[in-house]
Amino acid sequence: MPENLTAPLVVEFPFTRSLGPVQSAFLTGLRERVVLGVRTRDGRVLVPPVEYDPVTADEIRDLVEVATTGTVTTWAWNPSPRPRQPLPRPFAWVLVRLDGADTALLHALDAPGADAVRTGMRVRIRWAARREGAITDIACFEAHDGPAGHRAAPHDGRFPDPVTSLTAPARLEYTYTPGRAQSRYLDGLARREILGERCPSCHKVYVPPRGACPTCGVATTEPAAPGPRGTVTTFCVVNIKAKGLDIDVPYVYAHIALDGADLALHARIGGIPYDRVRMGMRVEPVWTGDGRHPDHYRPTGEPDADYESYRRLL
Amino acid sequence: MTPPRDVAVVAYARTDHQGPAEGLSEAEALLPVLHDALAQAGLAPGEADFTCSGSSDYLAGRPFSFTLTLDAVGAWPPIAESHVEMDGAWALYEAWVKILTGRADTALVYAHGKPSAGDPRDVLTRTLDPYYVAPLWPEPASLAALQARALADAGHTGEPPGPTPGPPAVTDGAAAVVLAAGDAARRMCARPAWIRGADHRVEPHALGLRDLTDSPSTRLAAERAGAFRAPVDTAELHAPFAAQEAVLRRALRLDDTVTVNPSGDAAADPLMVTGLIRLGEAAARIHRGASDRALAHATSGPCLQHNLVAVLEGDA
Repeated sequence: MPENLTAPLVVEFPFTRSLGPVQSAFLTGLRERVVLGVRTRDGRVLVPPVEYDPVTADEIRDLVEVATTGTVTTWAWNPSPRPRQPLPRPFAWVLVRLDGADTALLHALDAPGADAVRTGMRVRIRWAARREGAITDIACFEAHDGPAGHRAAPHDGRFPDPVTSLTAPARLEYTYTPGRAQSRYLDGLARREILGERCPSCHKVYVPPRGACPTCGVATTEPAAPGPRGTVTTFCVVNIKAKGLDIDVPYVYAHIALDGADLALHARIGGIPYDRVRMGMRVEPVWTGDGRHPDHYRPTGEPDADYESYRRLL
Repeated sequence: MTPPRDVAVVAYARTDHQGPAEGLSEAEALLPVLHDALAQAGLAPGEADFTCSGSSDYLAGRPFSFTLTLDAVGAWPPIAESHVEMDGAWALYEAWVKILTGRADTALVYAHGKPSAGDPRDVLTRTLDPYYVAPLWPEPASLAALQARALADAGHTGEPPGPTPGPPAVTDGAAAVVLAAGDAARRMCARPAWIRGADHRVEPHALGLRDLTDSPSTRLAAERAGAFRAPVDTAELHAPFAAQEAVLRRALRLDDTVTVNPSGDAAADPLMVTGLIRLGEAAARIHRGASDRALAHATSGPCLQHNLVAVLEGDA
């Protein structure tokens, strides 16, 4: 039994989000070193601002400017920062109620150690040198022993060249494990063997196997050796070159029912002009070099299969 | 509100998860759990009227990852099926509602999580407010530590919190329950765990808008689930971090007469499965006759943001 395979998998997704009037004003304000909040109908000032009152669901647009100084309402020492967090050295996560606000903002506090941090301590914003209209325009907070800042003052929220969207890049790293059945299948392909699995209940042969029969809902643990020859059940002509794929278009991508299999797999057809491929054509896999899987399937030269022989696999 | 139909948890199974699944796919890890639960209820794969699952593509690192687990369910020819991108407790809630409406008499509910595929410290930051919070990448343990400090400052927990706790152990696993209505439930299970009420409520998503020392959403969900109508003897609480249990105990008015988490510590359970396990363990305790009225709780999001409460009872 081969060892179960693993492979690194990186997922990156740069979401672009539109901001709406309140978040646009807040994030543009940060770029201009101005902190805006929003006032609810009952007079509370929410910082960071939201578009709808969390209690009444009223739409709220009444912007106010608050101070860049404030008070820590709670904190947590972070001894080992992760790569994309605000500071590269140990810091405290803090919720800070800015002077003039009634709610608190999450950010980092730069401090020499946990001993230097306490609930109620006074802090001020340290601005990032380069600001673009994002929460990270606040580099972090730092201790502040000056006077309390001003009360909330009305603000029209207008700035030249406001930011209206936010691009949030994310990159997550995974280790992908295909599982027992697919590890066995991929390991077989690398040895130029095609290994399927048979359902113990309905006796269908699945290739590639995924470990379970979707009809019976049981594990497909019986080995089966379909193919290697098979029949093209259906196909398409690909006219668009895929990014990073070194195959000239047009080419044919086909569903192939291997002999003895009850499910068609899909693969590229080579060794024949694209416009000569047909349903029922008999094909076999072609491994090239030290490839771990078939590069493509090519015609065997046998007579075409009778339609009735593969109709149920279409 | 009294539910219009009697619906019960009649079967429950879970993986014996200790650490990362040993190279199994999610469907492979799930199969024995599904078979265990279905066998307890006397159902064949694909026989339940409705199937609902809970899991997260972000944990798996691939889109529509839940569709692959349908191979393990016997989903062809097509079955009536649904999925929540959440803990399986919410899948159970959906299945419960489905049965209450009369559209199904039986349901298979399952959840699976393979957080070992990625690093939950990074992955879970992607569930946060994308404008103001996610760009800072705060990991769940740090957010929970902010809550622990707030609790200590307010005098709700005995001592000031120690250093920020490390990340919870990464465990992979799966769980499944079978729900059934009325006589079907009585046929399938000697002592069904009747769901007398269930509800879920969410806090505002901005952490700074919340009182982190309280959980009004848990309290409201419990009220709506009928939890305060009579005392419970058992409570299975989903507190991913230790200090959060104090918040839940207060919101749920649990005193020393209530046996809390007899099944063990929820923090050791797999992500996306933990809440369903709480429900399943509370039900199993009723099945065994060890409880007559139990409360089960599930949570989702940072600092107990979203909370589900269900009340289960056994017949006298």
